[in-house]
Amino acid sequence: MSGPAFSYARPADVAGALAQGARPGAAFLAGGTDLIQLWKAGLAAHAELVDISRLPLAGIDLADGELAIGALARLSDVALHPRVMAEHPLIAQAIAATASGQVRNMATVGGNLLQRTRCAYFRTQGMACNKREPGSGCGAAAGETRQAALFGASAACVATHASDLAVALTALRAELTILGPDGERRIALPDLYRLPGQTPQIDTTLAPGELIAAVQVRRAAGLAARSTYLKVRDRASFEFAVVSVAAALRLEDGAVVEARLAAGGVAPLPWRLAGAEAALIGRAPDARAFAEAAGLAVEGAQPLADNGFKVELLRRAVIRALETVGATA
Amino acid sequence: MSDDGRIALSLTLNGRALDVETPACATLLDLLRDRLGLTGVKKGCDMGACGACTVLMGGRRIKSCLALAAACDGGAITTIEGIGTLDDLHPLQAAFIRHDALQCGYCTPGQILSGIALLAETPKDLAAIREGMSGNLCRCGAYPNIVAAIAEVAGL
Ligand SMILES: Cc1cc2nc3c(=O)[nH]c(=O)nc-3n(C[C@H](O)[C@H](O)[C@H](O)COP(=O)(O)OP(=O)(O)OC[C@H]3O[C@@H](n4cnc5c(N)ncnc54)[C@H](O)[C@@H]3O)c2cc1C
Ligand code: SF4
Ligand code: FES
Ligand code: FES
Repeated sequence: MSGPAFSYARPADVAGALAQGARPGAAFLAGGTDLIQLWKAGLAAHAELVDISRLPLAGIDLADGELAIGALARLSDVALHPRVMAEHPLIAQAIAATASGQVRNMATVGGNLLQRTRCAYFRTQGMACNKREPGSGCGAAAGETRQAALFGASAACVATHASDLAVALTALRAELTILGPDGERRIALPDLYRLPGQTPQIDTTLAPGELIAAVQVRRAAGLAARSTYLKVRDRASFEFAVVSVAAALRLEDGAVVEARLAAGGVAPLPWRLAGAEAALIGRAPDARAFAEAAGLAVEGAQPLADNGFKVELLRRAVIRALETVGATA
Repeated sequence: MSDDGRIALSLTLNGRALDVETPACATLLDLLRDRLGLTGVKKGCDMGACGACTVLMGGRRIKSCLALAAACDGGAITTIEGIGTLDDLHPLQAAFIRHDALQCGYCTPGQILSGIALLAETPKDLAAIREGMSGNLCRCGAYPNIVAAIAEVAGL
């Protein structure tokens, strides 16, 4: 059932990794928690694994108001970093709600952002799935749509992105540093992802051989006091989100001056709730403002047969997250 | 799984230095169980979901079924075989016996290793133990007694 045999290489430095990663059939191995699982299920076929897990890209640095997390930092090291906990609790909370202690000790930040969808049709060989086998049809859209996206889906693919961390980082307007054969580039995190359109087999905008080097978060310290990650799931722990909301506010003189909202489990990528954010600016953090923002958060939702409940769930989750961060007692 | 060239590894396994060769595609779980005969490391789901294969690497708990053996080169690995002996049980092993924290025992090595790693994080209450142990499933449903055993050693 597992995929074809592969060879293994552990380049000594970043330049070596970029050179080896550019070879046809090569794939980067970080923590391996998604890649090895996919390979075992026969869903990943790579001729060579290029082990990047020991490259010196695992630092966690806070300086000049910027948090820089190396892409190879393990999730547990990020979540338990004292300054991340104090100054970026949203990140620490989203990771604490991710997977289990064992997985967090292995999984890296870059690998987490690049994990593939948990759509059961994608993860099961033999099922129709345009993402795994272009042209075979979308088993989910024609079948069980409970997990399916509310936003950004296409007729070809209705899968959601499962990363919790990506939702928190999207709310915090994180940027990525990407290294490739042509040097370095920086992008806003959501631009890592693409909507499925007619080509759902392509998850991201990374070119083959490109390496995520780091995640940067700037000017977010003012949000630390009022931020929360709310993850709604089918069991209390060790489970992916049905719906999640990352929320952060900054208040001045009893009014909202900065609002950050993003949702998970509802789209093919971490979904920014820009309309809801804008509607909160200048308002008192009260029930009316939160209800209006939540109404805007679900505007344009396109539920399918089995996931209509997620529209109301998202609306309520936005309200609850805002109540948590907006309390002025 | 077919071999595609073997990789030479140096490990510290339960405190002993060890040189061993592994196929590039082998997981740490397969290396430990099938090659090195450490059958206390259990294969449940082989997909990262159950925790039966939990081992410690450098003192941190990981799932050996998702770890590529070749990537563990140089690591210090502890399996249940390296935790206590019949005459000298680890305190958590003794607490598992006192609290009857198992039925079939299949999940138990993973539970104990995971519990030892969790104890190092000093869980502050029972809720923290339940949350911290959520990566270890028990098909027999011994959860209340597992939590009680860990709580006792944690002094809660
Ligand atoms: C049982 C279980 C439960 C889980 N629950 C959750 C959950 O609740 N929430 C959640 O968010 N996630 C969850 N996950 C997913 C988990 O977080 C990811 O598998 C993990 O973060 C992937 O990181 P990794 O380092 O292991 O990546 P790998 O598996 O090593 O890599 C994943 C992909 O990213 C590529 N890659 C990795 N690093 C880089 C880089 N720096 N540059 C370019 N490409 C790179 C690899 O080539 C591969 O394609 C769960 C996983 C398991 C097994
Ligand atoms: S939703 Fe996407 S991933 Fe799931 S079956 Fe359809 S095409 Fe495949
Ligand atoms: S066998 Fe590794 S988690 Fe189940
Ligand atoms: S004791 Fe049987 S699975 Fe836990």
